[in-house]
Amino acid sequence: MIVYGVALLSVCLVIGMLAGETLGVLLGVDANVGGVGIAMLLLVFASNAEKFKTLASGAAGEGIKFWSAMYIPIVVAMAARQNVAAAVDGGLLALVAGVAAVVVSFALVPVLSRLGGSSNTISAVKEDVR
Amino acid sequence: MDVIETVFIRNNLVVAFALIGVIIWISYYLADKLTAGRIHGSAIAIALGLLAAWWGGVVTGGRTGVADIALLGGIGLMGGGMMRDFAIVATAFGVKLGELKKAGLAGVVSIFAGVLVSFFVGAIVAVLFGYSDPVAITTIGAGAVTYIVGPVTGEAIGASSEVITLSVAAGLIKSILVMIGTPLVAKSIGLNNPQSAMVFGGLMGTTSGVAAGLAATDPKLVPYGAMIATFYTGVGCLLGPSILFFIVSSIF
Repeated sequence: MIVYGVALLSVCLVIGMLAGETLGVLLGVDANVGGVGIAMLLLVFASNAEKFKTLASGAAGEGIKFWSAMYIPIVVAMAARQNVAAAVDGGLLALVAGVAAVVVSFALVPVLSRLGGSSNTISAVKEDVR
Repeated sequence: MDVIETVFIRNNLVVAFALIGVIIWISYYLADKLTAGRIHGSAIAIALGLLAAWWGGVVTGGRTGVADIALLGGIGLMGGGMMRDFAIVATAFGVKLGELKKAGLAGVVSIFAGVLVSFFVGAIVAVLFGYSDPVAITTIGAGAVTYIVGPVTGEAIGASSEVITLSVAAGLIKSILVMIGTPLVAKSIGLNNPQSAMVFGGLMGTTSGVAAGLAATDPKLVPYGAMIATFYTGVGCLLGPSILFFIVSSIF
């Protein structure tokens, strides 16, 4: 049943959002802290677990894959509802601050990716030594 | 005319599905014919979406782009937070736990690095533009983190509405630039594996920007980047009005 997969996806999102909202309250922050990320982790666990096989394989899995495939169209709709006019009106300060933040962050991607990679090889070496 | 209006407004979500389908069809056609596949079809579709959003904002004076035009209101629902999050979570289906574990630490480090770097870059730009009030500097710096962290921080520390508006604009510029720029720089920053996608998500942090930028680069990378990015705004809202504001106050 396709709806089983859709329901599993929905339950993951709702639980994740509740957790993210609770985390926000506990931290005293007016935001949902990682609700979507937690929901994604739950779905990864569920789709890898034997117990949830009936909810995540066969026709039920198609229900999740459909929404995964709708991701790009939804992102295009999201782009079409951004407040682009306000960004354009923000003036030079907003433009420079936004552009500079992106350029520096882009430049850091290879640096931090290597950091992750090297720490992995270090731990692998340690295991070899043991 | 009345008939069209009634039907379009009553079925606005369905109208949005049809319209977005047409935009994507045109975009993939253009990507294939004009650029011979060098530019991804979804990158063109996202750029067209942003262009439409700009036009919608100018015509209506509203805040949700093309969705402020009554006949196209369904775009607002289809591209709203609920559907976006639902589809993002769905992309996690089929992700392997091993990949997550391998890059998990680098991803977490990159969230904090990303918030700090964007904040201080934004704050320095504010200083260069002549701001010397720690509240304004902190708020603009927070806006360079994301357009949500800016106003949350600004309201917490009592910034003026002009400064808060500026911080939102800075965050919007960042988000739009990540959407458009990611596919262009992907190759040169090594954005082609789950690990670098997670680091990318942590450094950029803007959920919309990361979601669209990775979609236009390689849809397989989306879940890795998006999963990390969703923690970024929360961390920004946590650090902005507290530690980061104290640091800026101690300097100015």
